Amino acid sequence: MSLYKQSLAELRFGLDTRQFSARELTEAFLARVGTHDAVLNSFISRVPEAALLAADQADVRIAAGEKAPLLGIPYAHKDIFCTQGVRTTCGSKMLGDWVAPYDATVHQRLNAAGAVMLGKTNMDEFAMGSSNENSAFGAVKNPWDHAAVPGGSSGGSAAAVAARLVPWATGTDTGGSIRQPAAYCGVTGIKPTYGRVSRYGMIAYASSLDQGGVLAPSAADCAIGLQAMAGHDPRDSTSAAQPVPDYSADLNQSLAGLRIGVPRQWFTAGLDATVAARIEDALRVFEQQGAIRVDIDLPDAELALAAYYLIAPAEASSNLSRFDGVRFGYRCAEPRDLMDLYERSRSEGFGSEVKRRILIGTYALSAGYYDAFYGRAQRARRQVAENFAAAFAQCDVIAGPVAPTVAFDLGAHASDPATMYLEDIYTIPVNLAGLPGMSIPVGFSGLRPVGMQLIGAPFTEARLLATAHQYQQQTDWHLRMPAAYEEGSV
Amino acid sequence: MSLNANQLKHVAHLSRIAIDEAQVPAMLQDLNAILAFAEQLQDPRLDKLMPMAHPLDQTQPLRPDRVTERDERVVLQAGAPAVAQGLFLVPQVIES
Amino acid sequence: MSTHSRWEAVIGLEIHAQLATKSKIFSGAATTFGAEPNAQACAVDLGLPGVLPVLNAEAVHMAALFGLAIDAEVALESTFDRKNYFYPDLPKGYQISQLAQPIVNGGQVVITLGEGEAAEQKTVRVTRAHLEEDAGKSLHEVFAGMTGIDLNRAGTPLIEIVSEPDMRSAVEAVAYARKVHAIVQYLGICDGNMQEGSFRVDANVSVRPKGQISLGTRTEVKNVNSFRFLERAILFEIERQIELIEDGGTVQQQTRLYDPDKDETRMMRTKEAADDYRYFPDPDLLPVVIEPATLAIWRDSLPELPDAKARRYQSEYGLTPYDAAVLTSSKETAAYFEQTLAALADRLPDQVADAKLCANWVTGAIAAQLNKTGLAIGDSPVTAPSLALLLVRIVDNTLSNKLAREVFEAMWAGEGEPDAIIDARGLKQITDSSAIEALVDAILAENPDKVAEYRSGKDKLFGFFVGQAMKAAGGKANPQQLNEILQARLGPPGEQA
Repeated sequence: MSLYKQSLAELRFGLDTRQFSARELTEAFLARVGTHDAVLNSFISRVPEAALLAADQADVRIAAGEKAPLLGIPYAHKDIFCTQGVRTTCGSKMLGDWVAPYDATVHQRLNAAGAVMLGKTNMDEFAMGSSNENSAFGAVKNPWDHAAVPGGSSGGSAAAVAARLVPWATGTDTGGSIRQPAAYCGVTGIKPTYGRVSRYGMIAYASSLDQGGVLAPSAADCAIGLQAMAGHDPRDSTSAAQPVPDYSADLNQSLAGLRIGVPRQWFTAGLDATVAARIEDALRVFEQQGAIRVDIDLPDAELALAAYYLIAPAEASSNLSRFDGVRFGYRCAEPRDLMDLYERSRSEGFGSEVKRRILIGTYALSAGYYDAFYGRAQRARRQVAENFAAAFAQCDVIAGPVAPTVAFDLGAHASDPATMYLEDIYTIPVNLAGLPGMSIPVGFSGLRPVGMQLIGAPFTEARLLATAHQYQQQTDWHLRMPAAYEEGSV
Repeated sequence: MSLNANQLKHVAHLSRIAIDEAQVPAMLQDLNAILAFAEQLQDPRLDKLMPMAHPLDQTQPLRPDRVTERDERVVLQAGAPAVAQGLFLVPQVIES
Repeated sequence: MSTHSRWEAVIGLEIHAQLATKSKIFSGAATTFGAEPNAQACAVDLGLPGVLPVLNAEAVHMAALFGLAIDAEVALESTFDRKNYFYPDLPKGYQISQLAQPIVNGGQVVITLGEGEAAEQKTVRVTRAHLEEDAGKSLHEVFAGMTGIDLNRAGTPLIEIVSEPDMRSAVEAVAYARKVHAIVQYLGICDGNMQEGSFRVDANVSVRPKGQISLGTRTEVKNVNSFRFLERAILFEIERQIELIEDGGTVQQQTRLYDPDKDETRMMRTKEAADDYRYFPDPDLLPVVIEPATLAIWRDSLPELPDAKARRYQSEYGLTPYDAAVLTSSKETAAYFEQTLAALADRLPDQVADAKLCANWVTGAIAAQLNKTGLAIGDSPVTAPSLALLLVRIVDNTLSNKLAREVFEAMWAGEGEPDAIIDARGLKQITDSSAIEALVDAILAENPDKVAEYRSGKDKLFGFFVGQAMKAAGGKANPQQLNEILQARLGPPGEQA
């Protein structure tokens, strides 16, 4: 079978049994990136020389008998993770040619694991967006339908994985930025529990919501990627101290008796009928495997949306203050004075969605408005967390849509940012509560994939991955790929 | 709870973001559409709840008081827009 | 103020004390002063994209010690907030500080006012003390038209100690600032160096007519880097405000800088509505929890603090409250006094060391010389063991007080240890009774008329005989012995009339 269609476990076996070398594997994927990415635009930076060097080093380690899950296997980083020696742009003109002088903890871990980075993937600027249209490096196309967005903000990672330009990719999820593009591109994505993956070196959007994770074809692949990324980091005060279980070892847990909660409030008028139907199909597959469907109440999605669109911009307005043209990044030409330097560097360096959220966030925190906006939003956040806690008293896993629709057309929401925010209505509550969530492909609406969301209680990634994996043992949606990206089709 | 033009300019100043007068009406429309969501937050059910700053039920870890960093000025300043004699440069600050 | 007796000043201080940790509050960069620009500013201190803060345990410990020392409530749970504003020496565009839940709440500091017998004590309440990170420095004079930014200081741990507006004069404000300075140094949590900015004092000053309850509009006076300048800056500011109001003006709420060269304050900026710091809880940091058991251990570990030490000096050594307060006013002074006393006791093992004598010399001759030369007591050319050697020669009657002063001056000038100076200058006191008797007899023989006058009742002439005898002795006769012998020889005045 062609290398690009193999799972991470198959690639591991192939490398360990010397069917191919890490260099050959890396060359194969680099060739695919070269062939397809001019159209897709899923990469901001490619690093073929560094990748081949890393592959050669991996081959030495493999030859020495080292066994490690990701050793010699290519991947791509969302361009939000700091990588020494390779520019980190965060999709922004502000950091257009900025090279981080240090590695993100996640990157250090992947380097140590011998993973081979092919490049950095496109994203909505500073992870703010649901379509990947807010990138200073141009929009990304959805490989299933070039007229559609890939979703965002990890749109480049989702598109690259969907087109099998990389076996897997990292992503980050603040309000749905892994799950929604995974759904739109028909791949599997996991956003772990807040604190599971270190945020050190992951450029902050909204610090209390941001969480790194994985996009890959299957849950089994996600388990391997997450295993390498997860774990306590003393450099991140918000990093969880809990031990990390063996995600791959737990994949074969049976679904018998698993209570799957289905929120009544999520299957209402706002949800596209075809999306709803595909999710119902998937729920039947779970039931056939012995899972028990439990209808549950999970109210306050709109409240969560309101809270999120104040909390995230408020944190962002502060997090993005460091981009001031003084110590790194973009500085406007010939500033008249300090105020001019600040105002023009930031106005010229940031795109409109980023500026919009900074302004909203600044307003929400400003004197006289804090209590009405930020303070109330934090209370709403508590309500959302309590709603989930109550729901998990009745079920083990919550299942529902990732987004109200399948991928929308490029440009569809360009004139109306607030409507685009509604795309995140099912994903946002999960971030507010800090819970682990996944998106798995469950079929199509026309050309465009439909994703189903699985949500767990804190630190139940293993159960979520196993649930998804069991479903993927019975279905093949995760194995499908867009025909235009099949070998020999171009 | 909507934003007017003066408030927008004030917030833009606090944010150090220059905005064109011509952009103001469109920006106000966008921002107020987003702020309209916030009406939800006036729900009296929320009154009794404690604000939630963080999803993690953990306390702050503490670092031992050890010097772990070396002088890496050259590397750290490589991406700086303007540096001289080891100092970051900005236009003259008039004050103090 | 004397000319404006119907006015009363109201003063509160905000003191920023840099904590004496080895590394910064949120990074592992060194905190030492005077490094090359930005050589001690790591990625975290520079606020590079993606970096995160991790709290230094020692900063928490030191802040808690301060709270315990001033009898405050040390919060078992405190939180960090972000104070947002743009300034080139503030790398992240926000300062990590504590607003809602500071680590230290309440507390008080007792100050001593007045001198000697007239000294009295006053309690100044502390509102709160919180942990925060220091900013970097802006250097305006290095480049023409440009400001240089040095971020070495960025991230140095600070406690900001906020007092209630309990002080009513510049003198009280200085006494409070000095006392806080002493406490942080006793605790070893701050080096107290005001020139290097380790200990910075901002004064909130307002005036109001005496008897008025409500406060006047206040100004904040910054940039005072010595206690002397603090006093002058406040004095100037009080006068300025009173004159302004008496001339029909009103005080504007503003920040003012003290200019030591011109001895005046001048406006730095008006506090506008634009000062909107948008505080909110820092999402990168979790609540700081101190276990009660840990706090108890820290409480037990507190060193003897100035007030306790002063009480001990009074009860153990019989010192006056004023002397005790002066000797404990700094850790170094107290240490110097105690070293002197210990050395004296070593030299004279069979008698109780004279603490009052030590106290008099430390608060007298030593203090006067330090004041004159501007030296710190730690840099005194007369060390505590040397001073003790001098005091031994007073106790054993080798030196009179007057001669001791002469020896002390020679010691200060670097002429060596006391015994060598006594030998070299022949300053040894005459304590041989027969020698003094011979001197006295000679003087009486030379002045028969004066003796007669004395004996007829002119008792003031006693001083004349003392002076003559001392002159004949080259000033070295033991004064007490001389008195006794003279009295014996002359008999009571007027008795033989």
